Amino acid sequence: MVEKFDAIVVGAGPSGNSAAYTLAKGGLKVLQIERGEYSGSKNVQGAIMYADALERIIPDFRDDAPLERHIIEQRIWLLGDDSYIGTNYRSDSFNSERPNRYTIIRAQFDKWFNEKVREAGALVICETTVTELLRDANGKVYGVRTDRENGEVHADVVIMADGVNALLARRADLQPELPPENAALAVKEIHFIDPALIEQRFQVKGDEGVVIEMMGKVTGGMVGTAFLYTNKESLTIGIGCLISDFKERGIAPYKLLEDLKNHPVIKPLIQGGEVKEYAGHLIPEGGYKAVPQVCGDGWMVVGDAAHLNNAAHREGSNLAMTSGRFAAETLIELKKQGKAPVAANLALYKKKLDESFVMKDLKKYKNLPEIMHMSPQFFSAYPDLLNGAAHNLFTVDNVDKKTKENQILKSFAKRRSLFGLVGDAFKLARAFR
Amino acid sequence: MSMIKVEDKLYQNRYIVDENRPHIYIKDAEVCASNCKSQPCTFCCPANCYTKDDAGGVNLVTDGCLECGTCRVICQDHGNVSWNYPRGGYGISYKFG
Repeated sequence: MVEKFDAIVVGAGPSGNSAAYTLAKGGLKVLQIERGEYSGSKNVQGAIMYADALERIIPDFRDDAPLERHIIEQRIWLLGDDSYIGTNYRSDSFNSERPNRYTIIRAQFDKWFNEKVREAGALVICETTVTELLRDANGKVYGVRTDRENGEVHADVVIMADGVNALLARRADLQPELPPENAALAVKEIHFIDPALIEQRFQVKGDEGVVIEMMGKVTGGMVGTAFLYTNKESLTIGIGCLISDFKERGIAPYKLLEDLKNHPVIKPLIQGGEVKEYAGHLIPEGGYKAVPQVCGDGWMVVGDAAHLNNAAHREGSNLAMTSGRFAAETLIELKKQGKAPVAANLALYKKKLDESFVMKDLKKYKNLPEIMHMSPQFFSAYPDLLNGAAHNLFTVDNVDKKTKENQILKSFAKRRSLFGLVGDAFKLARAFR
Repeated sequence: MSMIKVEDKLYQNRYIVDENRPHIYIKDAEVCASNCKSQPCTFCCPANCYTKDDAGGVNLVTDGCLECGTCRVICQDHGNVSWNYPRGGYGISYKFG
């Protein structure tokens, strides 16, 4: 006889773990299926973890979660060929008892989170790939097929938390294919390094940490960003650009990563480290307009699989965890009210998303992906111009300031007409408004 | 040059290889050779799994695959890549992720 559950959660990343944990805590019979050796073994992220989203699921997570450093300083840099210009925000108030952001190592963090799922009472099976959804003649999902022998399992609802490729939903025609302009390919490395060097180079002590987000010359004009995060005993450094741009430009991703590591302002920060891993991963970048249908008869989709990623603010895991929690809470509520998990009732999940920061934020930046895609100047000309302007202004060389000012203005107008400059400012302001 | 570098990078990773059961394959070698001029899989794959062969086609070795899905997305216009995750428990196993 085929075993039957209240819910099957496919995937054990942040969204899947949040869903499975909340469901189990709510007293539902849950099966979670993960294809990796353990939760986290297939997962890649920068990685920043936003405390608030997790706190709403596991309030005392700080007691035993494997956290690296809490962030006290955020830097945003525009890289020129051999320089950067940017902003830093550092505040001692981020040294609170309940810090807001942490760097994490996903393989360790996800493993810990999944332990909590098991403790909460869910049945977790690893090393098992779900190959397809089981659907009846009316299209209602009633379970999954796995690659195990006799690997059919049934449930009232299947929650798909299978990540950016979202194979299950796409193969069942519940989601369109992912266009190359809606996903970024990011590659990254982890460099182990003496913590004393991290403290010295980033001016931090104890568990304090710094994150650097970068744009500019190093993406070669492609739409993309780079990052450097401080962990306890390591640094993660990575870079990602839209797949469509990689495809058009004929640039290899690992070449960009090497260029980033060799950039004169980055190299001294990572020097002396030992590379222990190289990873590649896709990031959903299509924003609001790319979010597919998120629920139907007997199914819900959460996290990256539902394209819930805020590319403008580099937020993803918090949207993932929140969507996982909402999906679970929806199911718990329906169960309490004795309502069937049909599309009309599961629509409560969509309502929860719409009323939260998840969809409100995505909606706010709904035009940003197109603007970025159509405006390569943000990724090449501007970093160049701003770095050049700073260089000119800060070089003391017998030229009067008025002349320097004119030179700078001229350099901007030459690379990008005055009309273009005003237009870009307007477009950007509108996209961020 | 870049080939050597990627191999060095992949060498750091832990893989549980499913011998003789590649999870991704090219459906029709002729399509790569004749219909696909730019062959983007040969430069976009972060693990360099795809390489140009002497006959103008594309050769695929999935051993170093990071399971990112780039080739799946990029080959949509030709639909010539059969893309699956490895069997449960196999493939890349990140220590840090």
